Amino acid sequence: MSQRLINWFKFASPASFYPLAGTLWPWFAGLASVLCIVGLWISFFVAPTDFQQGEGYRIIFIHVPASWMSMFIYCVMAFWAAIGITFNTRLSGMMSSALAPTGALFAFLSLWTGALWGKPMWGAWWVWDARLTSELILFFLYIGYIALTSAIDDPRRADKAGAIVALVGVINVPIIYFSVKWWNTLHQGASVSMTKAPTMATTMLWGMLIMALAFWMYSIAIALYRVRAIILERERHATWVAELPEMQR
Amino acid sequence: MNWGSASEFFAMGGYGFYVWGSFGVTAAALLIETLLARKRLAETRRLLRRELAADRDNQD
Repeated sequence: MSQRLINWFKFASPASFYPLAGTLWPWFAGLASVLCIVGLWISFFVAPTDFQQGEGYRIIFIHVPASWMSMFIYCVMAFWAAIGITFNTRLSGMMSSALAPTGALFAFLSLWTGALWGKPMWGAWWVWDARLTSELILFFLYIGYIALTSAIDDPRRADKAGAIVALVGVINVPIIYFSVKWWNTLHQGASVSMTKAPTMATTMLWGMLIMALAFWMYSIAIALYRVRAIILERERHATWVAELPEMQR
Repeated sequence: MNWGSASEFFAMGGYGFYVWGSFGVTAAALLIETLLARKRLAETRRLLRRELAADRDNQD
């Protein structure tokens, strides 16, 4: 039995994670594509027209999943930051840097689609509301992380500095999540809550959940793909890199 | 089915600009990110291959 246990720490080494990420990313990319097609089909052809917001409400099928992902990816970055600081593992910093651009992108998309929803529904592209402002701060935290880590030449020091930003900034995530409860905001309350039944039609809910899963699989695929480039950049002088089949001519 | 015709579908009940502006920019952003990631890995590989080849030539 003990022989069948997987030594997870083996994959903390960039040399063994590089090929593993290479094997895994196509699967996640495939799942993302299938879920995206199903999610879009439900979003446009199955989900009924909203009786209050007409067809404009269909923006939520990407707005809500993008917002969830922007918060979730930041939590994953903070997780890797904590691991990196505690165990001093090289791969953790690489994972954080691989996730940051995708997180920033989803934070941007959350704000962008929110603005495009806000204009017809509220009459304003932007309001300084608690939910919107805290999401904007999340976007700036991602940008700050990327700017800080790329401004420091030594990657290990860059990881440490970035880890501090990730860990301090993660306090903003519950603020975003609970902002609609804590303050009297213009933004509507949570569409899906863990404590009570969803307040929306089942097909709408399914569309949103499947799109969220699609974004989730996409994020895993792109982060695994990007981390391979980061591993090669940082491990360029290692013997195992020189011995890779793609390095031979 | 919600739509009687293709033009009805694209009009999105008058919300066409907002709906397609959201979905279009999202699709474009994810596509651009994918292309940039591919470019980054390919360029890193090309650079490393060149470096390794130079090292080999120096040793010969």
